[in-house]
Amino acid sequence: MSDKPKFAMYWAASCGGCEIAVLNIHEKILDVDANFDIAFWPVAMDAKYKDVEAMEDGSILLTLFNGGIRTEENEHLAKLLRKKSQILVAFGSCAVEGGNPGLANFSTKDQIFETVYSTVSTENPDGVYPQPSFEMPEGTITIPVFEPVLRTLDQVVDVDYYMPGCPPESHQIEAVIDLVIQVLEGKAELPPKGATIGVGPSTCCDECTRTRNVKKIKEFRRIQLVDDIDPDLCLLEQGILCVGPATASGCGAKCPTAGAPCIGCYGPAAGVVDFGARMMTAVASVIDSRDPDEIDRILDGIVDPAGTFYKFNLAHSLLRTGNATWNGK
Amino acid sequence: MTKDFEPLIIGFTCNWCSYRAADMAGTARLKYPPNVRLIRLMCSGRIDPSFILKALAGGADGVLITGCHPGECHYLEQNYKALRRVKLLKRTLAPFGINPDRVKLVWASAAEGVKLAREIGVFVEEIRELGPLNWPARSTPEINPVVEEVEEVAG
Repeated sequence: MSDKPKFAMYWAASCGGCEIAVLNIHEKILDVDANFDIAFWPVAMDAKYKDVEAMEDGSILLTLFNGGIRTEENEHLAKLLRKKSQILVAFGSCAVEGGNPGLANFSTKDQIFETVYSTVSTENPDGVYPQPSFEMPEGTITIPVFEPVLRTLDQVVDVDYYMPGCPPESHQIEAVIDLVIQVLEGKAELPPKGATIGVGPSTCCDECTRTRNVKKIKEFRRIQLVDDIDPDLCLLEQGILCVGPATASGCGAKCPTAGAPCIGCYGPAAGVVDFGARMMTAVASVIDSRDPDEIDRILDGIVDPAGTFYKFNLAHSLLRTGNATWNGK
Repeated sequence: MTKDFEPLIIGFTCNWCSYRAADMAGTARLKYPPNVRLIRLMCSGRIDPSFILKALAGGADGVLITGCHPGECHYLEQNYKALRRVKLLKRTLAPFGINPDRVKLVWASAAEGVKLAREIGVFVEEIRELGPLNWPARSTPEINPVVEEVEEVAG
């Protein structure tokens, strides 16, 4: 291997979209190759965990870690890569705040296994459930233990930077890679540790091109059930639950521009303590009714408030931090 | 539920009505359970759901929100916002494993010291019935030192 700085990327409990996002930066990927040796990146090249274990501590300059911590294996790799990396970035919503897989924290491990292995859509006549270890004639075989909850990367190890998004946008990844290369060349400095990088300073609404007026909502509607959406008017004003008001800018308001409500993948905007709480405040403020019964009727239009308000943020929510069971203790 | 469980309740009061109602209850020497810790805000509309979530996450068994009667808000209509926020928050709590009845909204004007004292008493008993929230997995209910002191004085 050459003496170029080393780069690593790893996926824990994730979908693989973050990996695709990194490959989707077009020619910029050549800059990555020109400036870094890829030390470990399971989706792109073959490497074994023992190769990483054999590396010197701190020998990887930059690790992009995506995915939440759901299994023993995820946790092992998080701790291992922390030890081997100088800069560890929680990359993508799942590593930063739990993401979609974090929604499983509404269910217990048993409920999850029951849904996966024994509900009506599953063909499992012998009722086989995964066993962490199993005796075979050839010896004991094992799979990683599924932990009680999904944790974010910073609930397991110390994290240097956070880069949200599901997945992070190409132009944001390019900007971060450019910055790291400039730092290597001594032309720039790294942001302070713990910073959220690759996001804008405001909310998704600020980047949205739709027209905003005074919001007075009399009815919430699910976007798939309506066909009279005004293409130029704020979706929330039209009764489509859009979580842009609580979400950090940085993506260019891609979803609302394309006609779909923001689902909050860029994480809480600066100053938001709890993503769900901010959305509850925002939504409650724009409901146009003073009558308790009518308010209830309007709120009935929000089919799954908890799942909607915590679609990406459940593992990092205020309530989650207060519950020891959810902390995996 | 243990017999010696004393609910810990955080109460948010409005500067213009319920806080004065609590004051009046005190001046009038009305008795209400010591389980509630009152926090004064300028208006029930100041309450961000994160305050309530933080109280529950931090060990409160229940949260009482009090404000001016509908139509009587010092800031015209912020108490309606509080009403809508509390309604939405209660709908969000259940999947977390928290009984929505642990959050209650009560209207009390500055003249209603008696009503506020009664409502606090009712809410404490409702929470006692629900038992400890146990949410940061408390193994034993916390007996509040203030409560013990009061019991000692009461003999």
